[in-house]
Amino acid sequence: MTFPALGTMGYLIGGVVLLLAAASIVGWLIARRVTSDAARDTVRNLNSRIKAWWVMVAIFAAAFIFGKAVTILLFLAVSFYCLREFYSLTPTHPSDHAAMAAAFYIFLPLQYWLVWIDWVTMLTIAIPVYSFLALPVLSMLKGVTADYLQRVAKIQWGLMLAVFCISHAPALLMLDLGGVPPVQLLFFLVTVVQLSDVLQYIAGKLFGRHKMAPNVSPSKTWEGLILGGLAATAVGAALWWITPFSPLEAAGLAFAIVVAGALGGLVLSAVKRSLGAKDWGVMIEGHGGALDRMDSVTFAAPLFFHLVNYFFAR
Amino acid sequence: MIGELIVAATRLTVGGHGLWIGCAPSEKQRIYFANHSSHLDTILVWAAMPPHLRRRVRPVAAADYWGKGRLQRRISLGVLNAVLIDRQTRSSDPLEPLKEALAAGDSLIIFPEGTRGTGELPSAFKPGLYHLAKAFPEVELVPVFLDNLRRALPKGSLLPVPLSCVARFGCPIQLEAGEAKAAFLDRGREAVVGLA
Repeated sequence: MTFPALGTMGYLIGGVVLLLAAASIVGWLIARRVTSDAARDTVRNLNSRIKAWWVMVAIFAAAFIFGKAVTILLFLAVSFYCLREFYSLTPTHPSDHAAMAAAFYIFLPLQYWLVWIDWVTMLTIAIPVYSFLALPVLSMLKGVTADYLQRVAKIQWGLMLAVFCISHAPALLMLDLGGVPPVQLLFFLVTVVQLSDVLQYIAGKLFGRHKMAPNVSPSKTWEGLILGGLAATAVGAALWWITPFSPLEAAGLAFAIVVAGALGGLVLSAVKRSLGAKDWGVMIEGHGGALDRMDSVTFAAPLFFHLVNYFFAR
Repeated sequence: MIGELIVAATRLTVGGHGLWIGCAPSEKQRIYFANHSSHLDTILVWAAMPPHLRRRVRPVAAADYWGKGRLQRRISLGVLNAVLIDRQTRSSDPLEPLKEALAAGDSLIIFPEGTRGTGELPSAFKPGLYHLAKAFPEVELVPVFLDNLRRALPKGSLLPVPLSCVARFGCPIQLEAGEAKAAFLDRGREAVVGLA
């Protein structure tokens, strides 16, 4: 084996494909059995998640085969759709047109270009500093002061969540981790986030008694969070061998991902509800939009990136 | 071919998802009347229709914009099969080309405000819709609300921001027997506002 990494990622993706194939078959069988409306909703939700994962696995396979450029382009597309969903739901004024155009046509490509050229410092300040200063200027120039602070805050928030936060997932590819190919860390992050989401959902459906935040996200329960989160942490620990971490460190980082992901899901749910919507969009056949599937990644990715960059990167 | 490209480009940039709330897409002869806030409105309503309806649904467009340049003429006449009307001249009946199209059995997309508005809700309707409803009582009048376009491409800007814009199609209305012009136009406007 001249390319040990090729073997590892090949097995990982192959393993996920087998797991998903099994999940798809089980989901299809259950969908034919269930009779009650509530159960049908649950199964439909699970099956739509499984479909979304097929897309993600395809993205990973493509990223693995075609390398960094394709990975960055795919995440750029994800950011584009998330930003579009966020701004479409967010009421802005026509005079914010220039600020939103700058967000889409300048800051979105700029952020991913910074990932491409490995400029970590600028990556971490381009949106929090430069867009934070520039976009309010563009909105102010039109001279409409009604709801001005709300409007500029919403535009900056959309850019932070959909572009800044999500770009930290492909930014993992910049890190020098000794012998470990950084794409395996991206795999670690996305696997733990997504498993945590679904395990919390399943554990919540099976054992959920105590609602965690009934006003924000009525389906989330403490039982789901704890059991699902612990299971996802255990899976993360079991994946230590694809990372530069020891098993204990892998568990700790997986735990950080789980907590950040759960909080990110709740925060985005609160934002969504304050905008009066149930789903961010209709991208995945009536089961929510891109941002509904990326909500936990938005919080987990920057935290994971900085923890790894600080403690493990050279 | 060019039509499909335009629809694809519209979908990618501003969405153009059609939500049929008050009626289903149908081959019936109809006048779709919508709020008007951007140059993309015409293409958006057209793109929101199922492909088989697009051939017989003709947008009504202002000759002073869509009939001017070569590209505009190519798109408006060649692809959209638009009915161009002259907003300036007062000499002849400006509705004449619309009546011809309706008499030929085509459906129309019109913007009864006459010009692009800047407010959140449509401004008062011009009387054209009333005259058409009176001359063609059997044609269904379908209100349409175009959401988000005023933010995606407001008046005076050239670059569309890629927000997802939707076209909501409402319940058809009719001109009641003996209904006054102003009352009917108000009711038509309310039908569009009701979809906002």
